[in-house]
Amino acid sequence: MTPRESETMSIFSPALAARFDALVEKYPVKRSALIPMMLYAQDEIGYLSDAVIAEIADRLGLTELDVRNVASYYSMLRFKPAGRFNIQVCTNISCMLRGAYDLFDRFQEELGVGHKGITPDGVFSLEEVECIGACCWAPAIQVNYDFHDELAADSVPGILQQYRERAAANGGR
Amino acid sequence: MADVTFTVDGKKLTAPAGTLLIEACRKAGIEIPAFCYYPGLSLQAACRMCVVRQEKVPKLQTACTTTVAEGQVFVTESPEIAQARKATLQLLLGNHPLDCPVCDAGGECELQDMTFKYGAGESLYAEAKQHRDEQQWSPAVFFDRPRCILCYRCVRMCGEGMDVWALGVQNRGVSSVIAPNGEDHLDCEECGMCIDVCPVGALTSGSYRYKTRPWEMNHVSTICTHCGDGCKVTLGVRQSHEGTDLVRGDNRDKSGINGDFLCAKGRFGFDFVNSEERLARPLVRNASGRLEPTTWENALRVAAAKLKEVRDSRGGDSIAVLGSNRTTNEENYLLQKLARTVLRTNNIDHVRTADYATFARSLAGQEHKAASLRDAGNAPAILLVGGNPTEEHPLLAWQLRSNVRLNKARLYVVNHRTIKLERQAKAVQGVPPNGYRDLTALLDRNEGDLAKAVMAEESLLLIFGQEYRGEQMEALVSWGLKRGNVRFAYLGDHSNSRGAADMGVLPDLLPGYVSVNAPGAFAEEYAGMPAAPGKTAPEFLEMAQSGQLGALVVVGENPAQRLGWAPDALRKTFLVVQDLFLTETALQADVVFPAASLYEKTGTITNTFGDVQLAKKAADRPGVRPDFEILVRLADAMGADVKALVPFGKRGMRADFGQSRGAQSGEADRHAVWLASHGLEPKLSPFDPLAVLDEIERLVPAYKLDRLNLFAGNDVPTEPAFVPVSALTQPRADLVNPAHDGLFTSGTLGRYSAYLREIEEHQAHQLAETAAD
Repeated sequence: MTPRESETMSIFSPALAARFDALVEKYPVKRSALIPMMLYAQDEIGYLSDAVIAEIADRLGLTELDVRNVASYYSMLRFKPAGRFNIQVCTNISCMLRGAYDLFDRFQEELGVGHKGITPDGVFSLEEVECIGACCWAPAIQVNYDFHDELAADSVPGILQQYRERAAANGGR
Repeated sequence: MADVTFTVDGKKLTAPAGTLLIEACRKAGIEIPAFCYYPGLSLQAACRMCVVRQEKVPKLQTACTTTVAEGQVFVTESPEIAQARKATLQLLLGNHPLDCPVCDAGGECELQDMTFKYGAGESLYAEAKQHRDEQQWSPAVFFDRPRCILCYRCVRMCGEGMDVWALGVQNRGVSSVIAPNGEDHLDCEECGMCIDVCPVGALTSGSYRYKTRPWEMNHVSTICTHCGDGCKVTLGVRQSHEGTDLVRGDNRDKSGINGDFLCAKGRFGFDFVNSEERLARPLVRNASGRLEPTTWENALRVAAAKLKEVRDSRGGDSIAVLGSNRTTNEENYLLQKLARTVLRTNNIDHVRTADYATFARSLAGQEHKAASLRDAGNAPAILLVGGNPTEEHPLLAWQLRSNVRLNKARLYVVNHRTIKLERQAKAVQGVPPNGYRDLTALLDRNEGDLAKAVMAEESLLLIFGQEYRGEQMEALVSWGLKRGNVRFAYLGDHSNSRGAADMGVLPDLLPGYVSVNAPGAFAEEYAGMPAAPGKTAPEFLEMAQSGQLGALVVVGENPAQRLGWAPDALRKTFLVVQDLFLTETALQADVVFPAASLYEKTGTITNTFGDVQLAKKAADRPGVRPDFEILVRLADAMGADVKALVPFGKRGMRADFGQSRGAQSGEADRHAVWLASHGLEPKLSPFDPLAVLDEIERLVPAYKLDRLNLFAGNDVPTEPAFVPVSALTQPRADLVNPAHDGLFTSGTLGRYSAYLREIEEHQAHQLAETAAD
């Protein structure tokens, strides 16, 4: 097996690059690693940029078209940057019945952006999503990988404040 | 696998276990509709049109993925199934624009046919249709998204079939869309296979779109005039004020050696025929030195008078003839016969693209050792040495890919560069550009993976490129013959290079590679033929420069460009040119005859594998004549006996009166006896090329053709082993000058195909962009 051409110039952090090296070997067929790789890459880079797609394709011996074909199937994989904190508001039936749209409207007001919008400072992005599996505690939202549940419209400023502080604490990054 | 018996619609059918139900049914004459199923490609089961009811299975099953087993019972047509298919059609038509009246596919659309059959005339879907504008992905491929029914045929054809992988499907569910690899354009080989397999009008071709309605065309099955593979191509021909227009090339009936395969040249490269630059009238150089349009009668008179004068005053040796790699076997044969018996010269040659003479010499007496192109599609093991099939022999590359994919054939590649077929190869061996001669030793020593695997193979199809000539080829072939169970194929350029060599368009060899020095039967057949071998093409130039060349006849070749002859080199020579275009050579000519292209005449051509096929006249163009007719008329104008040249009509008694019975007696001429013994009628016209085909078959043992198959449009193999071993001479390997035409070039024809030039520019542009990234 010849080494990857761009092996020495990965766009990922050394830790993630090492993780990918291991992941590629893990399955009988290399391309099985495609979906986890895209997700981890998105977590680190923020979205699936052309460079991310090119490197993943290269690592798995696929064409970039192949990678895009799979990536475009999944709504959780993005081709454009999101905010540092991506707020995902579930509006499926349980959440909807318990006031998810009020919640979503309040987020829109507070942030001044709509569905798939990003605040000008890049700290928040907002998204209306399908079920996130927290129906028992509806309405629920997910901020990156953190859950907030049993919410009401009034909980919105508190949640946002919490993340604003975190953003300020480490200089926006 | 063992046969199993199962029941379909109350009929007992038998097929090997594991056969797909849809295939088993089609073989038995039961048609099951399908959009996504395509023979030879992977299974998709996306369209749900082929649903059938299987006994004891709760849901309807897709016939394209169900494999047959003993005792199964199926129903393929019932009200339930018709309803299921109708519902599928309703969904497919939900967002279909129904622009059939202006759609290219209207009239030959599978969606139209199915809608007609299942009557999904009403729809429950009342939403507004989503319109998307048409996109142009490349000069060849246009995409009309709303028409697409997402059958994935194009995706699989491009990936699995062509190994290009330029098409994919993006997004999900109702927003799924076929996507090209370059975001908004295609970066591919422009073969057009995706357009061909599209069941609807979603993918349309740049050369054909909005030109005609399918039912306005006549369809003529003929042979592609571009490369040495000889694909069968069905031309869509339409009447026009200029005779006919060729509007489309494809091979949807899957007949011939290529099935439905065609490359960019075969599919789009026919437009040179309709080029504005086609010659339409004969030209003769007038007193002021300009080429001037004239009548056929005058042009023939001028050419014949001068050729006759040169022959009679300076002798046949001062005349030379340069033949073509594209004209038919009959024309090649007639040309050399005319040169030898009318012009009385052996100075006849063509631009040799491969060393076929050595190939014939190497295989002399070795019957059943030459491979047909069909063998490349079903041989269990193939050793490909040199050559670059993907670029220069697209059909061969297709056959090899399909064979590896469908039959698990083992492909071994030996090459001095990286070729695309390595992706299908089981083992690859690199060699230095001049290192091919060491290959046999390497194999014999079992050195390396490739050698070990190749030597372990029971049988082998050995295909080699133009890297092999002369002694090196003889060494390779004799290695193969010694090894045993090896069949051979040799790759050359152009549609009838093999035919030109086989027909003796060579200074030292007569038809069937019979030496001029030992002409055998030809001594009697070719009355007046000079005894000594003639000069070769480069020597023609030397003769011209030293003033020894009185006249030169060039048929369908452009030495000024191809051999780099200086424009004024032929100033002292009387030059007659037969060509489609006013080439650099024709510009120097004293008489120019406008010739018909292969698509405008009938005759046989031989591909580089030695498979003979019949080209049928598809188009008509005012003013041009087939080279065959021009040659016959030229001979007639020179006062030659046309009946001796072309055996037509009843020729009366000829031959030796000294014998009292048999073919050599005075009862009839040999040709008539041969015709009678083969159950053939004499041809009635001197312009019928098939009269010459009869003579070829009579005199060239390798061309024992299965006429029934030939005229039915199939390829029939020749047997190069039938060469008179005693008379073999050492061929001139040094004269081989390969053209190396790629996917979008085709010598003179390619230069005059506006469409191929456009595709080539597009490709060059893509390449430049990729390099800049």
